[in-house]
Amino acid sequence: MVVLKKNDLKVWQRRDRKAQFKIWASWLFGAAIFMWSWQQISEVTTWFFVWDAPRIAADIGSRAMPPRWEYLSTLWRPLWDTLNIATLGTVLALLMAVPIAFMAARNTTPSTLFVRPFALLVIVSTRSINSLIWALLLVAIIGPGVFAGLIAIGIRSIGFCAKLLYEAIEEIDYTQVEAITATGASRWQVMTYGIVPQIMPAFAGIAIFRWDINLRESTVLGLVGAGGIGLQLQGSLNTLAWSQVSLILVVILAAVVVSEAVSAKARGAII
Amino acid sequence: MLQLKKLSKIYKTGDKALSAVDLTVPQGQVMALIGPSGAGKSTLIRCINRLVEPTSGSITLGDVEITSLKGNSLRQQRRRMGMIFQEYALVERLTVMENVLSGRLGYVSFVRSFLRKFPQKDIDEAFRLLDRVELLDMTDKRADELSGGQRQRVGIARALIQDPALLLVDEPTASLDPKTSRQIMRLICEMCEERKLAAIVNIHDVVLAKSFVQRIVGLEQGRIVFDGKPDDLTEKELTKIYGEEDWEDTIKKDESLA
Repeated sequence: MVVLKKNDLKVWQRRDRKAQFKIWASWLFGAAIFMWSWQQISEVTTWFFVWDAPRIAADIGSRAMPPRWEYLSTLWRPLWDTLNIATLGTVLALLMAVPIAFMAARNTTPSTLFVRPFALLVIVSTRSINSLIWALLLVAIIGPGVFAGLIAIGIRSIGFCAKLLYEAIEEIDYTQVEAITATGASRWQVMTYGIVPQIMPAFAGIAIFRWDINLRESTVLGLVGAGGIGLQLQGSLNTLAWSQVSLILVVILAAVVVSEAVSAKARGAII
Repeated sequence: MLQLKKLSKIYKTGDKALSAVDLTVPQGQVMALIGPSGAGKSTLIRCINRLVEPTSGSITLGDVEITSLKGNSLRQQRRRMGMIFQEYALVERLTVMENVLSGRLGYVSFVRSFLRKFPQKDIDEAFRLLDRVELLDMTDKRADELSGGQRQRVGIARALIQDPALLLVDEPTASLDPKTSRQIMRLICEMCEERKLAAIVNIHDVVLAKSFVQRIVGLEQGRIVFDGKPDDLTEKELTKIYGEEDWEDTIKKDESLA
Protein backbone atom coordinates (compact mmCIF):
# COMPACT_ATOMS: atom_id res chain seq x y z
CA MET A 1 0.00 0.00 0.00
CA VAL A 2 1.55 3.17 -1.13
CA VAL A 3 0.31 6.67 -1.04
CA LEU A 4 2.01 9.02 -3.48
CA LYS A 5 1.71 12.76 -3.55
CA LYS A 6 1.23 14.25 -7.02
CA ASN A 7 0.84 17.98 -6.67
CA ASP A 8 -1.95 18.15 -4.12
CA LEU A 9 -3.50 14.86 -5.08
CA LYS A 10 -3.06 11.80 -2.89
CA VAL A 11 -2.72 8.82 -5.21
CA TRP A 12 -3.08 5.34 -3.83
CA GLN A 13 -1.63 2.18 -5.41
CA ARG A 14 -1.71 -1.35 -4.08
CA ARG A 15 2.03 -1.83 -4.50
CA ASP A 16 4.99 0.35 -5.31
CA ARG A 17 7.16 -0.18 -8.40
CA LYS A 18 9.69 -2.38 -6.62
CA ALA A 19 7.14 -4.80 -5.16
CA GLN A 20 5.39 -4.98 -8.50
CA PHE A 21 8.64 -5.93 -10.22
CA LYS A 22 9.34 -8.65 -7.64
CA ILE A 23 5.97 -10.25 -8.33
CA TRP A 24 6.53 -10.25 -12.07
CA ALA A 25 9.99 -11.75 -11.59
CA SER A 26 8.64 -14.58 -9.47
CA TRP A 27 5.97 -15.35 -12.07
CA LEU A 28 8.69 -15.49 -14.73
CA PHE A 29 10.78 -17.78 -12.56
CA GLY A 30 7.84 -20.10 -11.91
CA ALA A 31 6.99 -20.29 -15.62
CA ALA A 32 10.62 -21.11 -16.47
CA ILE A 33 10.68 -23.98 -13.95
CA PHE A 34 7.42 -25.33 -15.36
CA MET A 35 8.77 -25.27 -18.93
CA TRP A 36 12.00 -26.98 -17.91
CA SER A 37 10.14 -29.76 -16.03
CA TRP A 38 7.82 -30.25 -18.99
CA GLN A 39 10.81 -30.72 -21.23
CA GLN A 40 12.31 -33.32 -18.87
CA ILE A 41 9.08 -35.33 -18.76
CA SER A 42 8.67 -35.07 -22.51
CA GLU A 43 12.09 -36.58 -23.10
CA VAL A 44 11.24 -39.79 -21.22
CA THR A 45 7.75 -40.14 -22.65
CA THR A 46 7.13 -42.44 -25.58
CA TRP A 47 4.87 -40.10 -27.51
CA PHE A 48 3.77 -42.77 -29.94
CA PHE A 49 1.73 -44.43 -27.14
CA VAL A 50 0.27 -41.16 -26.03
CA TRP A 51 -0.88 -40.19 -29.56
CA ASP A 52 -2.31 -43.67 -29.80
CA ALA A 53 -4.25 -43.32 -26.52
CA PRO A 54 -7.61 -42.13 -27.87
CA ARG A 55 -7.78 -45.09 -30.28
CA ILE A 56 -6.90 -47.61 -27.55
CA ALA A 57 -9.35 -46.02 -25.14
CA ALA A 58 -12.09 -46.17 -27.74
CA ASP A 59 -11.20 -49.80 -28.42
CA ILE A 60 -11.35 -50.80 -24.74
CA GLY A 61 -14.48 -48.74 -24.34
CA SER A 62 -16.21 -50.58 -27.15
CA ARG A 63 -15.23 -53.94 -25.65
CA ALA A 64 -16.40 -52.78 -22.19
CA MET A 65 -19.83 -51.77 -23.45
CA PRO A 66 -22.26 -53.13 -22.67
CA PRO A 67 -21.27 -54.46 -19.21
CA ARG A 68 -21.72 -58.23 -18.82
CA TRP A 69 -24.78 -58.12 -16.59
CA GLU A 70 -24.95 -61.89 -16.02
CA TYR A 71 -21.55 -61.59 -14.26
CA LEU A 72 -23.42 -59.71 -11.51
CA SER A 73 -24.52 -62.98 -9.89
CA THR A 74 -20.92 -63.84 -8.99
CA LEU A 75 -20.30 -60.33 -7.64
CA TRP A 76 -22.79 -60.37 -4.74
CA ARG A 77 -20.56 -62.47 -2.53
CA PRO A 78 -17.36 -60.35 -2.95
CA LEU A 79 -19.47 -57.21 -2.58
CA TRP A 80 -20.79 -58.53 0.73
CA ASP A 81 -17.17 -59.31 1.75
CA THR A 82 -16.16 -55.76 0.90
CA LEU A 83 -18.97 -54.36 3.02
CA ASN A 84 -17.91 -56.61 5.90
CA ILE A 85 -14.29 -55.59 5.61
CA ALA A 86 -15.28 -51.93 5.77
CA THR A 87 -17.74 -52.31 8.64
CA LEU A 88 -15.84 -54.73 10.86
CA GLY A 89 -12.59 -52.93 10.12
CA THR A 90 -14.14 -49.66 11.28
CA VAL A 91 -15.50 -51.29 14.46
CA LEU A 92 -12.09 -52.81 15.16
CA ALA A 93 -10.41 -49.45 14.61
CA LEU A 94 -12.84 -47.65 16.92
CA LEU A 95 -12.32 -50.21 19.69
CA MET A 96 -8.61 -49.52 19.62
CA ALA A 97 -8.87 -45.79 18.87
CA VAL A 98 -10.96 -44.91 21.93
CA PRO A 99 -8.37 -45.82 24.59
CA ILE A 100 -5.59 -44.36 22.47
CA ALA A 101 -7.51 -41.10 22.07
CA PHE A 102 -7.94 -40.83 25.85
CA MET A 103 -4.24 -41.51 26.27
CA ALA A 104 -3.34 -38.87 23.68
CA ALA A 105 -5.63 -36.05 24.80
CA ARG A 106 -3.76 -33.60 27.02
CA ASN A 107 -6.59 -33.33 29.52
CA THR A 108 -7.18 -37.06 30.03
CA THR A 109 -3.79 -38.68 29.49
CA PRO A 110 -2.40 -40.50 32.54
CA SER A 111 1.05 -39.14 31.82
CA THR A 112 2.18 -36.45 29.39
CA LEU A 113 5.73 -37.69 29.61
CA PHE A 114 5.36 -41.41 28.84
CA VAL A 115 1.86 -42.40 27.75
CA ARG A 116 1.04 -39.45 25.50
CA PRO A 117 4.09 -39.77 23.21
CA PHE A 118 3.36 -43.48 22.84
CA ALA A 119 -0.26 -42.78 21.87
CA LEU A 120 0.82 -40.10 19.42
CA LEU A 121 3.33 -42.50 17.89
CA VAL A 122 0.58 -45.08 17.35
CA ILE A 123 -1.58 -42.42 15.73
CA VAL A 124 1.13 -41.17 13.39
CA SER A 125 2.46 -44.58 12.40
CA THR A 126 -0.92 -46.15 11.62
CA ARG A 127 -2.02 -43.09 9.69
CA SER A 128 1.09 -42.68 7.61
CA ILE A 129 0.94 -46.08 5.91
CA ASN A 130 -1.69 -46.60 3.22
CA SER A 131 -4.17 -49.43 3.75
CA LEU A 132 -3.06 -51.04 0.48
CA ILE A 133 0.46 -51.35 1.91
CA TRP A 134 -0.88 -52.65 5.22
CA ALA A 135 -2.83 -55.23 3.20
CA LEU A 136 0.27 -56.26 1.23
CA LEU A 137 2.11 -56.79 4.51
CA LEU A 138 -0.75 -58.63 6.17
CA VAL A 139 -1.41 -60.87 3.19
CA ALA A 140 2.21 -61.95 3.51
CA ILE A 141 1.86 -62.47 7.26
CA ILE A 142 -1.58 -64.02 7.74
CA GLY A 143 -2.26 -65.17 4.23
CA PRO A 144 -4.67 -63.87 1.59
CA GLY A 145 -8.36 -63.39 2.25
CA VAL A 146 -10.98 -61.23 3.91
CA PHE A 147 -9.34 -61.36 7.34
CA ALA A 148 -6.15 -59.71 6.12
CA GLY A 149 -8.20 -56.96 4.50
CA LEU A 150 -10.21 -56.44 7.66
CA ILE A 151 -7.09 -56.06 9.81
CA ALA A 152 -5.49 -53.75 7.25
CA ILE A 153 -8.52 -51.46 7.24
CA GLY A 154 -8.67 -51.63 11.03
CA ILE A 155 -5.04 -50.68 11.58
CA ARG A 156 -5.12 -47.95 8.96
CA SER A 157 -8.16 -46.35 10.60
CA ILE A 158 -6.88 -46.30 14.19
CA GLY A 159 -4.78 -43.20 13.73
CA PHE A 160 -7.47 -41.31 11.83
CA CYS A 161 -10.19 -42.06 14.40
CA ALA A 162 -7.94 -41.56 17.43
CA LYS A 163 -6.63 -38.24 16.16
CA LEU A 164 -10.04 -36.74 15.51
CA LEU A 165 -11.38 -38.16 18.76
CA TYR A 166 -8.56 -36.85 20.92
CA GLU A 167 -8.98 -33.42 19.38
CA ALA A 168 -12.64 -33.61 20.37
CA ILE A 169 -11.68 -34.65 23.90
CA GLU A 170 -9.32 -31.70 24.19
CA GLU A 171 -12.09 -29.32 23.18
CA ILE A 172 -14.63 -30.35 25.81
CA ASP A 173 -16.12 -27.86 28.23
CA TYR A 174 -14.06 -28.39 31.37
CA THR A 175 -16.58 -26.92 33.80
CA GLN A 176 -18.87 -29.90 33.20
CA VAL A 177 -16.02 -32.17 34.22
CA GLU A 178 -15.37 -30.00 37.28
CA ALA A 179 -19.02 -30.21 38.25
CA ILE A 180 -19.04 -33.99 38.11
CA THR A 181 -15.73 -34.18 40.02
CA ALA A 182 -17.18 -31.90 42.69
CA THR A 183 -19.96 -34.38 43.45
CA GLY A 184 -17.39 -36.87 44.70
CA ALA A 185 -17.49 -39.02 41.56
CA SER A 186 -14.67 -41.46 40.88
CA ARG A 187 -12.27 -41.13 37.96
CA TRP A 188 -14.28 -43.50 35.79
CA GLN A 189 -17.56 -41.87 36.73
CA VAL A 190 -16.13 -38.49 35.76
CA MET A 191 -15.19 -40.06 32.44
CA THR A 192 -18.62 -41.55 31.71
CA TYR A 193 -20.65 -38.58 32.99
CA GLY A 194 -18.42 -35.58 32.39
CA ILE A 195 -16.53 -36.45 29.23
CA VAL A 196 -18.28 -39.19 27.24
CA PRO A 197 -21.59 -37.34 26.70
CA GLN A 198 -19.64 -34.35 25.38
CA ILE A 199 -17.72 -36.35 22.77
CA MET A 200 -20.57 -38.60 21.64
CA PRO A 201 -21.56 -36.47 18.62
CA ALA A 202 -17.92 -36.31 17.50
CA PHE A 203 -17.56 -40.05 18.01
CA ALA A 204 -20.61 -40.85 15.91
CA GLY A 205 -19.54 -38.46 13.20
CA ILE A 206 -16.03 -39.92 13.07
CA ALA A 207 -17.34 -43.51 12.97
CA ILE A 208 -19.66 -42.83 10.05
CA PHE A 209 -17.11 -40.76 8.16
CA ARG A 210 -14.44 -43.45 8.54
CA TRP A 211 -16.86 -46.21 7.53
CA ASP A 212 -17.63 -44.23 4.40
CA ILE A 213 -13.91 -43.91 3.57
CA ASN A 214 -13.25 -47.56 4.42
CA LEU A 215 -15.88 -48.79 2.00
CA ARG A 216 -14.01 -47.07 -0.84
CA GLU A 217 -10.63 -48.28 0.38
CA SER A 218 -11.77 -51.87 0.79
CA THR A 219 -12.86 -52.07 -2.86
CA VAL A 220 -9.21 -51.96 -3.95
CA LEU A 221 -7.79 -54.26 -1.27
CA GLY A 222 -8.52 -57.28 -3.43
CA LEU A 223 -5.87 -56.07 -5.88
CA VAL A 224 -3.26 -57.36 -3.43
CA GLY A 225 -5.23 -60.45 -2.46
CA ALA A 226 -6.93 -59.17 0.66
CA GLY A 227 -10.44 -60.20 -0.32
CA GLY A 228 -13.47 -58.30 -1.48
CA ILE A 229 -14.57 -57.07 -4.87
CA GLY A 230 -11.06 -55.93 -5.80
CA LEU A 231 -10.11 -59.57 -6.26
CA GLN A 232 -12.68 -59.87 -9.07
CA LEU A 233 -11.49 -56.59 -10.53
CA GLN A 234 -7.92 -57.83 -10.68
CA GLY A 235 -8.99 -61.14 -12.23
CA SER A 236 -11.02 -59.39 -14.90
CA LEU A 237 -8.24 -56.90 -15.67
CA ASN A 238 -5.71 -59.70 -16.03
CA THR A 239 -7.90 -61.63 -18.45
CA LEU A 240 -8.74 -58.46 -20.38
CA ALA A 241 -12.43 -59.09 -19.69
CA TRP A 242 -13.35 -55.44 -20.17
CA SER A 243 -17.08 -55.96 -20.04
CA GLN A 244 -16.65 -57.44 -16.55
CA VAL A 245 -14.38 -54.57 -15.49
CA SER A 246 -17.02 -52.05 -16.50
CA LEU A 247 -19.67 -53.96 -14.55
CA ILE A 248 -17.46 -54.02 -11.44
CA LEU A 249 -16.87 -50.28 -11.72
CA VAL A 250 -20.61 -49.71 -11.99
CA VAL A 251 -21.20 -51.88 -8.90
CA ILE A 252 -18.53 -50.03 -6.89
CA LEU A 253 -20.03 -46.71 -7.94
CA ALA A 254 -23.47 -47.88 -6.85
CA ALA A 255 -22.13 -49.12 -3.51
CA VAL A 256 -20.40 -45.81 -2.82
CA VAL A 257 -23.53 -43.84 -3.71
CA VAL A 258 -25.58 -46.01 -1.35
CA SER A 259 -23.02 -45.62 1.44
CA GLU A 260 -23.04 -41.87 0.88
CA ALA A 261 -26.79 -41.80 1.33
CA VAL A 262 -26.68 -44.08 4.38
CA SER A 263 -24.02 -42.02 6.14
CA ALA A 264 -25.79 -38.75 5.39
CA LYS A 265 -28.98 -40.19 6.92
CA ALA A 266 -27.17 -41.60 9.95
CA ARG A 267 -25.28 -38.37 10.57
CA GLY A 268 -28.50 -36.39 10.37
CA ALA A 269 -30.14 -38.72 12.87
CA ILE A 270 -27.36 -38.43 15.44
CA ILE A 271 -26.45 -34.75 15.39
CA MET B 1 -18.42 -25.86 60.95
CA LEU B 2 -16.14 -24.88 58.07
CA GLN B 3 -12.84 -23.46 59.14
CA LEU B 4 -10.03 -22.12 56.97
CA LYS B 5 -6.70 -21.45 58.62
CA LYS B 6 -3.92 -19.51 56.92
CA LEU B 7 -5.10 -20.77 53.55
CA SER B 8 -2.78 -19.74 50.73
CA LYS B 9 -2.69 -20.49 47.05
CA ILE B 10 0.10 -19.53 44.70
CA TYR B 11 -0.42 -20.61 41.10
CA LYS B 12 2.41 -22.05 39.03
CA THR B 13 2.56 -18.77 37.15
CA GLY B 14 3.51 -17.10 40.42
CA ASP B 15 0.15 -15.39 40.90
CA LYS B 16 -0.72 -15.13 44.56
CA ALA B 17 -4.43 -15.90 44.55
CA LEU B 18 -4.90 -16.30 48.30
CA SER B 19 -2.62 -15.23 51.10
CA ALA B 20 -3.19 -16.59 54.59
CA VAL B 21 -6.98 -16.47 54.61
CA ASP B 22 -8.63 -17.21 57.94
CA LEU B 23 -12.36 -17.79 57.78
CA THR B 24 -14.97 -19.61 59.84
CA VAL B 25 -18.47 -20.36 58.62
CA PRO B 26 -20.87 -21.77 61.23
CA GLN B 27 -23.62 -24.22 60.41
CA GLY B 28 -26.64 -22.73 58.69
CA GLN B 29 -24.98 -19.47 57.76
CA VAL B 30 -25.20 -18.13 54.22
CA MET B 31 -22.17 -16.02 53.57
CA ALA B 32 -21.54 -13.87 50.51
CA LEU B 33 -18.03 -13.49 49.24
CA ILE B 34 -17.57 -10.29 47.28
CA GLY B 35 -14.59 -8.71 45.64
CA PRO B 36 -13.25 -7.57 42.27
CA SER B 37 -12.46 -10.04 39.48
CA GLY B 38 -9.21 -11.80 40.21
CA ALA B 39 -9.50 -11.28 43.96
CA GLY B 40 -9.41 -15.02 44.53
CA LYS B 41 -13.09 -15.74 45.18
CA SER B 42 -13.30 -18.69 42.79
CA THR B 43 -9.95 -20.00 43.98
CA LEU B 44 -11.11 -19.92 47.58
CA ILE B 45 -14.24 -21.91 46.81
CA ARG B 46 -12.35 -24.40 44.66
CA CYS B 47 -9.72 -24.91 47.35
CA ILE B 48 -12.41 -26.03 49.76
CA ASN B 49 -13.51 -28.96 47.59
CA ARG B 50 -9.99 -29.33 46.23
CA LEU B 51 -10.74 -28.69 42.59
CA VAL B 52 -7.75 -26.43 43.16
CA GLU B 53 -4.90 -27.63 45.37
CA PRO B 54 -4.13 -25.12 48.13
CA THR B 55 -0.44 -24.30 48.54
CA SER B 56 -0.52 -24.14 52.32
CA GLY B 57 -2.88 -23.79 55.25
CA SER B 58 -5.66 -26.02 56.46
CA ILE B 59 -9.36 -26.51 55.80
CA THR B 60 -11.58 -28.39 58.22
CA LEU B 61 -15.18 -29.33 57.56
CA GLY B 62 -16.81 -30.53 60.77
CA ASP B 63 -13.90 -32.35 62.29
CA VAL B 64 -12.28 -33.57 59.09
CA GLU B 65 -9.09 -32.03 57.80
CA ILE B 66 -9.58 -31.74 54.04
CA THR B 67 -6.25 -30.51 52.68
CA SER B 68 -4.43 -33.79 53.34
CA LEU B 69 -7.10 -36.13 51.93
CA LYS B 70 -6.52 -38.37 48.94
CA GLY B 71 -8.51 -40.75 46.73
CA ASN B 72 -11.56 -42.26 48.34
CA SER B 73 -11.56 -40.19 51.50
CA LEU B 74 -11.38 -37.00 49.41
CA ARG B 75 -14.34 -38.20 47.37
CA GLN B 76 -16.28 -38.90 50.56
CA GLN B 77 -15.71 -35.34 51.74
CA ARG B 78 -16.62 -33.91 48.33
CA ARG B 79 -20.01 -35.59 48.71
CA ARG B 80 -20.60 -33.34 51.72
CA MET B 81 -20.04 -30.21 49.64
CA GLY B 82 -22.51 -29.29 46.93
CA MET B 83 -21.27 -26.92 44.25
CA ILE B 84 -23.28 -24.55 42.08
CA PHE B 85 -21.62 -22.90 39.08
CA GLN B 86 -21.80 -19.67 37.16
CA GLU B 87 -22.49 -21.22 33.76
CA TYR B 88 -24.57 -23.95 35.41
CA ALA B 89 -22.03 -26.62 34.36
CA LEU B 90 -24.75 -29.14 33.60
CA VAL B 91 -23.79 -32.00 31.35
CA GLU B 92 -25.53 -30.53 28.34
CA ARG B 93 -26.27 -33.73 26.46
CA LEU B 94 -27.76 -35.59 29.40
CA THR B 95 -31.35 -35.28 30.57
CA VAL B 96 -32.43 -33.19 33.52
CA MET B 97 -32.96 -36.38 35.55
CA GLU B 98 -29.50 -37.70 34.73
CA ASN B 99 -28.01 -34.37 35.70
CA VAL B 100 -29.78 -34.35 39.04
CA LEU B 101 -28.85 -37.98 39.72
CA SER B 102 -25.22 -37.24 38.89
CA GLY B 103 -25.18 -35.57 42.30
CA ARG B 104 -25.37 -39.09 43.75
CA LEU B 105 -22.29 -40.36 41.88
CA GLY B 106 -20.22 -40.27 45.05
CA TYR B 107 -22.63 -42.73 46.66
CA VAL B 108 -23.16 -45.34 43.94
CA SER B 109 -20.81 -47.80 42.28
CA PHE B 110 -19.41 -47.24 38.81
CA VAL B 111 -21.44 -50.06 37.27
CA ARG B 112 -24.72 -48.78 38.72
CA SER B 113 -24.03 -45.25 37.55
CA PHE B 114 -22.91 -46.44 34.11
CA LEU B 115 -26.11 -48.46 33.65
CA ARG B 116 -28.17 -45.61 35.16
CA LYS B 117 -29.49 -48.01 37.81
CA PHE B 118 -29.69 -45.61 40.73
CA PRO B 119 -31.28 -46.77 44.00
CA GLN B 120 -35.01 -46.04 44.21
CA LYS B 121 -34.56 -43.73 47.18
CA ASP B 122 -32.21 -41.55 45.12
CA ILE B 123 -34.80 -41.42 42.36
CA ASP B 124 -37.52 -40.53 44.87
CA GLU B 125 -35.33 -37.75 46.21
CA ALA B 126 -34.58 -36.53 42.68
CA PHE B 127 -38.30 -36.26 41.93
CA ARG B 128 -38.88 -34.47 45.25
CA LEU B 129 -36.15 -31.95 44.49
CA LEU B 130 -37.32 -31.43 40.90
CA ASP B 131 -40.77 -30.74 42.30
CA ARG B 132 -39.28 -28.32 44.82
CA VAL B 133 -37.42 -26.36 42.10
CA GLU B 134 -40.54 -26.53 39.89
CA LEU B 135 -39.03 -28.56 37.07
CA LEU B 136 -41.00 -31.77 37.43
CA ASP B 137 -42.37 -31.56 33.88
CA MET B 138 -38.83 -31.09 32.51
CA THR B 139 -37.51 -34.36 33.93
CA ASP B 140 -36.93 -35.98 30.56
CA LYS B 141 -35.77 -32.90 28.65
CA ARG B 142 -32.15 -32.60 27.70
CA ALA B 143 -30.28 -29.99 29.73
CA ASP B 144 -29.44 -27.91 26.65
CA GLU B 145 -33.14 -27.39 25.96
CA LEU B 146 -33.65 -25.41 29.17
CA SER B 147 -33.43 -21.67 29.79
CA GLY B 148 -30.72 -20.18 32.02
CA GLY B 149 -32.90 -19.97 35.11
CA GLN B 150 -34.17 -23.51 34.64
CA ARG B 151 -30.64 -24.81 34.19
CA GLN B 152 -29.47 -23.15 37.37
CA ARG B 153 -32.39 -24.76 39.22
CA VAL B 154 -31.23 -28.14 37.92
CA GLY B 155 -27.77 -27.20 39.18
CA ILE B 156 -29.23 -26.47 42.60
CA ALA B 157 -31.08 -29.79 42.65
CA ARG B 158 -27.88 -31.60 41.67
CA ALA B 159 -26.01 -29.97 44.54
CA LEU B 160 -28.74 -30.69 47.07
CA ILE B 161 -29.24 -34.34 46.19
CA GLN B 162 -25.71 -34.88 47.46
CA ASP B 163 -27.21 -34.25 50.90
CA PRO B 164 -24.38 -31.82 51.61
CA ALA B 165 -23.46 -29.99 54.78
CA LEU B 166 -22.04 -27.08 52.84
CA LEU B 167 -22.88 -25.35 49.59
CA LEU B 168 -20.17 -23.77 47.50
CA VAL B 169 -21.81 -21.35 45.10
CA ASP B 170 -19.74 -19.70 42.39
CA GLU B 171 -21.38 -16.65 40.81
CA PRO B 172 -24.84 -18.27 40.60
CA THR B 173 -26.49 -15.27 38.98
CA ALA B 174 -23.80 -13.85 36.71
CA SER B 175 -25.40 -15.26 33.54
CA LEU B 176 -29.00 -14.55 34.50
CA ASP B 177 -31.36 -11.61 34.11
CA PRO B 178 -32.13 -9.49 37.20
CA LYS B 179 -35.47 -11.10 38.00
CA THR B 180 -34.22 -14.67 37.58
CA SER B 181 -31.16 -13.71 39.61
CA ARG B 182 -33.31 -12.75 42.56
CA GLN B 183 -35.38 -15.92 42.23
CA ILE B 184 -32.28 -18.10 42.16
CA MET B 185 -30.72 -16.31 45.14
CA ARG B 186 -33.97 -16.65 47.05
CA LEU B 187 -34.18 -20.35 46.22
CA ILE B 188 -30.60 -20.98 47.36
CA CYS B 189 -31.17 -19.12 50.62
CA GLU B 190 -34.49 -20.89 51.28
CA MET B 191 -32.91 -24.26 50.67
CA CYS B 192 -30.07 -23.45 53.04
CA GLU B 193 -32.52 -22.44 55.71
CA GLU B 194 -34.68 -25.55 55.25
CA ARG B 195 -31.72 -27.87 55.51
CA LYS B 196 -29.57 -25.83 57.87
CA LEU B 197 -26.79 -25.66 55.31
CA ALA B 198 -23.83 -23.40 55.45
CA ALA B 199 -23.07 -21.71 52.16
CA ILE B 200 -20.38 -19.57 50.61
CA VAL B 201 -21.77 -17.58 47.72
CA ASN B 202 -19.37 -15.80 45.37
CA ILE B 203 -21.22 -12.89 43.94
CA HIS B 204 -20.53 -9.78 41.89
CA ASP B 205 -23.80 -8.07 42.55
CA VAL B 206 -23.33 -6.30 45.88
CA VAL B 207 -26.91 -5.07 46.04
CA LEU B 208 -28.25 -8.57 45.46
CA ALA B 209 -25.90 -10.01 48.05
CA LYS B 210 -26.89 -7.46 50.67
CA SER B 211 -30.57 -8.20 50.32
CA PHE B 212 -30.26 -11.94 50.81
CA VAL B 213 -27.41 -12.95 53.11
CA GLN B 214 -26.60 -12.54 56.78
CA ARG B 215 -22.89 -12.02 56.39
CA ILE B 216 -20.62 -10.50 53.80
CA VAL B 217 -16.91 -11.10 53.41
CA GLY B 218 -14.89 -8.87 51.11
CA LEU B 219 -11.85 -10.27 49.39
CA GLU B 220 -9.22 -8.11 47.74
CA GLN B 221 -6.01 -9.48 46.23
CA GLY B 222 -6.34 -12.71 48.17
CA ARG B 223 -6.87 -11.04 51.55
CA ILE B 224 -10.01 -10.59 53.60
CA VAL B 225 -10.54 -6.86 53.95
CA PHE B 226 -14.11 -6.87 55.23
CA ASP B 227 -16.15 -9.26 57.32
CA GLY B 228 -19.45 -8.17 58.74
CA LYS B 229 -23.19 -7.68 58.41
CA PRO B 230 -24.62 -6.30 55.16
CA ASP B 231 -25.49 -3.04 56.93
CA ASP B 232 -21.87 -2.49 57.92
CA LEU B 233 -20.85 -2.39 54.28
CA THR B 234 -20.35 1.35 53.96
CA GLU B 235 -18.91 3.45 51.19
CA LYS B 236 -15.56 3.33 52.93
CA GLU B 237 -15.59 -0.46 53.07
CA LEU B 238 -16.62 -0.81 49.43
CA THR B 239 -13.75 1.47 48.44
CA LYS B 240 -11.42 -0.75 50.43
CA ILE B 241 -12.63 -3.82 48.54
CA TYR B 242 -13.11 -2.52 45.02
CA GLY B 243 -11.23 0.76 44.91
CA GLU B 244 -12.36 4.35 44.42
CA GLU B 245 -15.81 4.76 42.84
CA ASP B 246 -19.07 6.50 43.55
CA TRP B 247 -20.77 3.94 45.78
CA GLU B 248 -23.77 6.00 46.77
CA ASP B 249 -26.19 4.11 44.51
CA THR B 250 -25.04 0.71 45.70
CA ILE B 251 -25.79 1.65 49.26
CA LYS B 252 -28.92 3.69 48.57
CA LYS B 253 -30.60 1.07 46.42
CA ASP B 254 -30.38 -1.31 49.29
CA GLU B 255 -32.14 1.14 51.60
CA SER B 256 -34.94 1.63 49.14
CA LEU B 257 -35.41 -2.12 48.96
CA ALA B 258 -35.54 -2.39 52.72
